[in-house]
Amino acid sequence: MKQKHLRILRIITSIAFLLLISALFIDFREMVPTTWAHNVLFLQFVPSVLNFITLPALAAAGFIVVLILTLLFGRAYCSFLCPLGVFQDVVAWFSKATKVVKRYKFKKALNYLRYPLLGITIVSLFFGGLFILNLLDPYSVFGRIFSDLIRPWLVAANNGLASLLEKADVYFLYRIDFSFFTWRTVLIPAFMVALVIGLSLLYGRLYCNTVCPVGTLLGLLSRISFFRIKMDPSTCTKCGKCSFACKSTCINIKTLGVDFSRCVACYNCISVCPESSIRYERSIWKKAKIEVTDSSKRDFIGKSFFYGLALAGISRKVMAVEVEVKDRPAGHIPNKKNNPVSPPGSISIRHFTDRCTACHLCVTNCPTKVLQPSFLEYGFTGMMQPHMNYAVEYCNFECTKCSEVCPTGAILPLTVEDKKLTQMGKVQFIKEKCIVYTDNTACGSCSEHCPTQAVKMVPYKNNLTIPETVNDICIGCGACEFACPVKPHTSIFVDGNAVHEVAKKPSIEALEVEEQEEFPF
Amino acid sequence: MNSVGFGVLSGAALSMGNLGEAFAMESHAMQLPYDLVAIKGGEAAEMFDKGIASLGGIKQFVKANQTVVVKPNIGWDATPERGANTNPALVARIVEQCKMAGAKTVYVFDNPVAEWTRSYKNSGIEDAVKKAGGTMVSGKSEGYYHAVTVPKGKRLKNAKVHELILESDVFINVPVLKSHGGSTLSIAMKNMMGIVWDREFWHSNDLHQCIADFATFRKPDLNIVDAYRVMKRNGPRGVSVADVVTMKYQLMSTDLVAIDAAATKVFGLDPKQLKHVGLAEQLGVGSSNIEAMRVNRITMGA
Repeated sequence: MKQKHLRILRIITSIAFLLLISALFIDFREMVPTTWAHNVLFLQFVPSVLNFITLPALAAAGFIVVLILTLLFGRAYCSFLCPLGVFQDVVAWFSKATKVVKRYKFKKALNYLRYPLLGITIVSLFFGGLFILNLLDPYSVFGRIFSDLIRPWLVAANNGLASLLEKADVYFLYRIDFSFFTWRTVLIPAFMVALVIGLSLLYGRLYCNTVCPVGTLLGLLSRISFFRIKMDPSTCTKCGKCSFACKSTCINIKTLGVDFSRCVACYNCISVCPESSIRYERSIWKKAKIEVTDSSKRDFIGKSFFYGLALAGISRKVMAVEVEVKDRPAGHIPNKKNNPVSPPGSISIRHFTDRCTACHLCVTNCPTKVLQPSFLEYGFTGMMQPHMNYAVEYCNFECTKCSEVCPTGAILPLTVEDKKLTQMGKVQFIKEKCIVYTDNTACGSCSEHCPTQAVKMVPYKNNLTIPETVNDICIGCGACEFACPVKPHTSIFVDGNAVHEVAKKPSIEALEVEEQEEFPF
Repeated sequence: MNSVGFGVLSGAALSMGNLGEAFAMESHAMQLPYDLVAIKGGEAAEMFDKGIASLGGIKQFVKANQTVVVKPNIGWDATPERGANTNPALVARIVEQCKMAGAKTVYVFDNPVAEWTRSYKNSGIEDAVKKAGGTMVSGKSEGYYHAVTVPKGKRLKNAKVHELILESDVFINVPVLKSHGGSTLSIAMKNMMGIVWDREFWHSNDLHQCIADFATFRKPDLNIVDAYRVMKRNGPRGVSVADVVTMKYQLMSTDLVAIDAAATKVFGLDPKQLKHVGLAEQLGVGSSNIEAMRVNRITMGA
C-alpha cells in the first residue's frame, strides 16, 4: 500500500465507526441489536478502562489494544476510532469547504492547559468522582450529543413522517412521545457541543489537543511511538502545504519538525505533499523532537493537586424530583427520599457513580425511558449519570436492556431471572396521602402496576380496598410511584437502596378451583 | 385515516358520540336473535365461530368496506398463559371474520400499561393479528388522542379518546376477564379505559363512577369477553401462571352492563359486588337483569 492511501483508509474506517456509534446513540426504536454495542464500542478508551477495572477480562481489554496501537502508530485512535474526533473532522471539513478556515498554521502546544486538565481529571477520580472525566471524555461527550440533543429531533421528524403515513393507512412508523425531555439535563451537552463545534470550526483539532484528557494521555505515549510522521529535508521544498492541511497545527515548516504528541495520525499531510517528502517512518525508539517547557510540567502537577483537593470538598447530595404540580393538596407534601434509584445491575449507587461516564447509551436504549440523565440526584459530581426517574416512567419487569448495552461496567449484565430479584429500592406508602383514604373512592393504580404484588390491595372500610406493602418482595421498579395519581409528591414511592439487595421471590400458593358444571346464569 | 386538520378533527370527534349511537341503533334495528351468548368448553377461536354464528354471523355487525377497530386488552408485557391479555387466537379469529365480511381495514390497538412494543409482541396479539390480515396501530402517543365530552357522565365530563375509536365504522370491544386490585374485576367496561389517554383522572376521581360514566360515551357495536384463561387473583397484571385458571368461557353481547354482569358470575362473584355495573345501569347504559334476557347457552366439547 502506498502511503498516500493511508488517508483513504483512515477516512473509510473513521466514517464506519462514526456511523455505527451514532446509530447506537440515536436508536429510538430498538432497531440496532444490543450485541452490537459491545463490539462497536470495544475500542473506546475511557469506557474500556472503567470496564476493565470492574471485570479484568479480554472482553474489556480494548484500551490495551489502543495503547499498543498508539505505541506503534501514534494517536491513530483520535482519527480512526474516536467518534468525537471524527465528528470534529466532519466540522473541520465543512469549515474548509465553506472557507471559514482556508488553511491551518503551525501553533505551539497549549501545554499550560492540556497537562493541568489531564492532571485534574486523573486526580479528581480519586477525590471527587467521575464528573470532570465525564465532562471531557470524548466518547461520552459524543454520546450525549447524539442521545440528548440529536435524538429528540429525529423523534420529532419520525413523528411528522408517521403522521403523514398514517393518513395513507401505513403504520410502519409510529409516533413517540418525548415527555422525558427537560432543559436541565441538556445544558451541559449543549454547552459541550457548542464548544466542540466552535473549536473545530475555527481551530481544527484544538479540543483534542488541549481539552481532551484521552488525547493528552495518548499524546504522552505517541512521543515514543514506533511510526511517526517525518519530513525529508533533502526533498522538502518548504511549500507549506502539509502545514496548511494540518488540523492539529503541529507541523512546523520552519524547523521541519512535527509535534507528534499532537499529531492525530490523519495523514492529510502525506496525501498533500507534492514531493512525497513527508512520510510515516519508523523511529528506532529514539526521543522525538518535542516542544515542551519544563515549567509547564511543574505547573500541571501543582495545579492539578490543588483542583483535586477543591473537588474533594464537594459531596454527594440527594435532590427530590420536581414535576408539574396538580391541584391535589396531599400531592404537595414532599416525600423524604434518602437515595436516588440507580439502574438494575448497578450493584450500588457507589459502584454506579464510580463507573458511569454518562454516555447515555442506556438512556437511548431504555424502552420505557425511565432511565433519564440526572441533574443533582446523585449530587454535583454525579451530574448527568442516569437515574431511574419514576415521574417519567417505570422499569419494565422483563427487561434487562440497560445492563446489556452499558460499555463501562457501571451497569453489569443481568439475566432476566436475576433482574426480577434485584431490589433497587424499597416501596414506601403514606396512607394519609392515598386517594382511598382522602376521597373514600377506589383506586388501586399502584397495586395494578406492581409486578410482584409487593403492593397489594387489602380490605378497607366501605367495601373499598387500600394498598398494603411488603418490602422484601419489592424490587423498586417504580411502577407504583409512576402510577400513583397523587402528584407530584406521590402517596407511594420508591426510596433507592444505597446498595442493591436481593428481593425475595413472591410466594406462590396454589389456587383452589371450583369446577363449574353449568352456566352460572 | 382522516386527513382533516386538528380543529376539524376535534369538532368531528365531538359529534362522533352521537354518530356512535346512531350505529348502535342501527344494529339494534337488525334485531339480533339473542341479547347474550355464552359459550363454554371449546377453544377460544372456535367458541367465537359458534357464538357469532348463533347471532347471525359477523355480517350483522360488519358491512363491506367498513373500517373496524378491535380493542383487546394488551395491557401487559406477558405471555398468553398469564391471562393478563386477551387470547391472541380469539383476536385473530375476529379479525379474520371481519376481513371475510369485507371490512376495508381492521385496526387493533390498546394503550398498554406496560411498555407497549413488548406488550404487543409478547401477548402474541401483534403476530396473530398481522397473520390474520389486521393492522396493529400504536396507542402510545398523546397525538393519537382527541378531546371529547362525555355529556351523560357524572364525574367524567371530558376525555381524550383514540382517533381510531372516533373514526372507525365498527367498534368491537374484546376484553379478558380478570381480577383487578382497584376495580374488583376488569371486564368490558373497564377495557374501555384502554381507549383513553388521561387515565390518571379516573383513579383520582372515583374510579367506578368514571368507568360507568365513560360507558355512556360510545357503545361498542359488539363486546366479546374472553374467559378462556381467567386470572383469579393479583390482577390485572398477575404475578405468575399460578394466578390463572383455564375456564374456557366466552361471552358476547351488545350490552356492556349485561356482559359485565354475566362475566362477574362466571368469575364467581355477584354482579352487585362490581360497583360500576350498578352505576352504569343507573346511567341507562344497559341492564344487569340477565334472567329477563334471551340468552343462548352453548356447550362445546365433551
